[in-house]
Amino acid sequence: MGAASPRVVILAGGLSHERDVSLRSGRRVAEALRSVGVDVSIHDVDADLVPALTELRPDLVWPLLHGTSGEDGSVRDVVQLLGLPLLGTGPRESRVAWSKPIAKTVVSRAGLRTPDFVTLPQSLFRELGASRVLAALVARLGLPLVVKPSRGGSALGVNLVTSADELPRAMVDCFAYSDTALIERAVIGTEVAVSVVDTGSGPTALPAVEIVTDGPYDYDARYNPGRTEYFAPARLSAALAAEVAAVAVTAHQALGLVRISRTDLIVTASGEVQFLEVNVAPGMTETSLLPQAAEAAGHNLGDLYRSLVRASLAA
Amino acid sequence: MIERIVPAGETAGPPTSSAAAGTRLDPWLGAYAQRTHGMRASEIRALFAVANRPEVVSLAGGMPYLDGLPLDVLSDVASRVVSQRGLQALQYGSGQGDVTLREQILDVMRLEGIDAHPDDVVVTTGSQQALDLVTRIFIDPGDVVVAEAPSYVGALGVFRAYQADVVHTPIDEHGLVPAALEETLASLAAAGRRVKFLYTVPNFHNPAGVSLSTERRPAVLAIARRYGMLVLEDNPYGLLGFEGEPRPAIRSMDDEGVLYLGSFSKTFAPGYRVGWVVAPHAVREKLVLASESAILCPSSASQIAISTYLSTCDWQGQIKSYRELYRERRDATVSALAEHLPEASWNVPDGGFYVWVKLPDGLDSKDMLPRAVTARVAYVPGTAFYYDGGGASHMRLSYCFPTPERIREGVRRLASVVAGERELVELFGTTSSIPDGVVDAPGPDIS
Repeated sequence: MGAASPRVVILAGGLSHERDVSLRSGRRVAEALRSVGVDVSIHDVDADLVPALTELRPDLVWPLLHGTSGEDGSVRDVVQLLGLPLLGTGPRESRVAWSKPIAKTVVSRAGLRTPDFVTLPQSLFRELGASRVLAALVARLGLPLVVKPSRGGSALGVNLVTSADELPRAMVDCFAYSDTALIERAVIGTEVAVSVVDTGSGPTALPAVEIVTDGPYDYDARYNPGRTEYFAPARLSAALAAEVAAVAVTAHQALGLVRISRTDLIVTASGEVQFLEVNVAPGMTETSLLPQAAEAAGHNLGDLYRSLVRASLAA
Repeated sequence: MIERIVPAGETAGPPTSSAAAGTRLDPWLGAYAQRTHGMRASEIRALFAVANRPEVVSLAGGMPYLDGLPLDVLSDVASRVVSQRGLQALQYGSGQGDVTLREQILDVMRLEGIDAHPDDVVVTTGSQQALDLVTRIFIDPGDVVVAEAPSYVGALGVFRAYQADVVHTPIDEHGLVPAALEETLASLAAAGRRVKFLYTVPNFHNPAGVSLSTERRPAVLAIARRYGMLVLEDNPYGLLGFEGEPRPAIRSMDDEGVLYLGSFSKTFAPGYRVGWVVAPHAVREKLVLASESAILCPSSASQIAISTYLSTCDWQGQIKSYRELYRERRDATVSALAEHLPEASWNVPDGGFYVWVKLPDGLDSKDMLPRAVTARVAYVPGTAFYYDGGGASHMRLSYCFPTPERIREGVRRLASVVAGERELVELFGTTSSIPDGVVDAPGPDIS
């Protein structure tokens, strides 16, 4: 891009539980963009951010913040308040996608399947009595269950519950990260993640990445290479590969997402595709899924990210 | 995000398909030594990424408070190191360390009653390297190290890296409990297991804050002798006591059975990375060879800078000013705990950096950490200081770095976190996290 290169500011860090992951994502994307000549700098979300953006007036801001304030739309709101263009989903749509129960409701209205679930705040357990609510949960949804914070990423506070006596422990874990829990019926099947990118010609799914772990796909399995085996593209039939791609694009569109997203899915033994959740700021670290999908599709990461930058500037 | 949703005994769904090869994102996975298998960063460690942000009151790290150092004087020292001794400072040096510095180290150790010869001293890259060297020359995989419960996390990391089997022995408000130590050793002996050494931080213990009483020191030594066990005395904080004179080092009572580790990191500045080990002749020979194979020699520039500092500056006055500074912070910590967290219990350290807090019954410090980070306060969960996943009921608060005002604010925030956690535990019953053996402690650069 040389002298005419747009100036891009990547936002990374923040104060969420996923600060470390965000810093890593930010560095990786910046490195890839620099390798193709894009003028890029990284900024943390702190008291210096607004003056820095005001002074710098970058051509584009790319939020690579994971977790609260990054994915809930609030920092995106501020970027827009400053009159700066954003790469990715706007604040309102981010807020919807960030809430797992709301996103599930939206995509199910768009015709996608998603595991049956309930969403319960911690205060409700206090008011109604935890043991009664937990018993009702098991009676209604059965076992196994997945308990996760209604907002948040990197599998923090997420647990698979296979027997009722594991449920209290999972709730404690979950409420350490969020005041509201999403409890959903666990679906048995193959885990795949489908990234969607839009470089100007509409949202396109990258090849699905299949995740095989020797235990839960938890923080350890995600960020310490070794425990997880990834298949990119996923070992799916052509028909199923096309279906998971279509599901991810449908979720992307139904939720009004822009430019980039990652949808996490389960493919059951009977070939049913179930939507779990979507990420408006997917991880971009060394071990993350979107970069793997991009490479499986034959993209050079720097070129792909630059295309996303160009498309955002042209929009 | 995606969860694993395959309960034990069931198989995941069928993907039929193209036979793409899987990747584990590390082509060298099969090549790592077995001792690296525990080297995994946990999500708890990742949470410390926020600890250095100014919004967060970090009671987690062990970074000394350096603002009181006379930087103008040290700048002159640094300048002289290069202008007057540059060719030596920038050159390789002796594997054992600079002889002048080793002589000066004797003066430092004399304050704790140690009488040694410069030849007994090996200068290391911080006392952490001394720990590594001692473990390297004594420990084969499966060998037993007896360590206090709790123990310094950095030592446990070294022991784990050399595949030692660490057996904890209890401490109380006076440090190691001789009767309990005897019992631990007797049961190991009965099982036919030889203990290679006892690892102890006798003064202002990290993380427990307690000191081994002067009366117990000979008793511990006598037990060690009886069982033919070396004592590894790790003493970074001994000169940072708030009351009275320093206690006599265990090494001052035995120059054959004790390996002594010292450091300038807490009494001066950790950035130089200068520590040392004092060892009997034969051990010292091996330590020098081991150190040369690891690093060739400790930093000449750092050694000369510290040597110049010791010979031209009032280093004892600096230690005194550190003591006052840390005493004020200790006072702020314990008074804030009394005000905001009366339902917890803690020791009142008479030196060093740490208060070891026992949480109200049923609370798990590791589980609680994400909530603390949300409330903008950080601490180290007790689990980091146990080899076996114990310690969940405790947390370590470091008062060395934040100002007294920040400490009070941090403890106030912590109190609200504890209240929230208590409610959760009351709602769902007492639970505890499952030991997972991953590293739960922050890196050294966390404030």
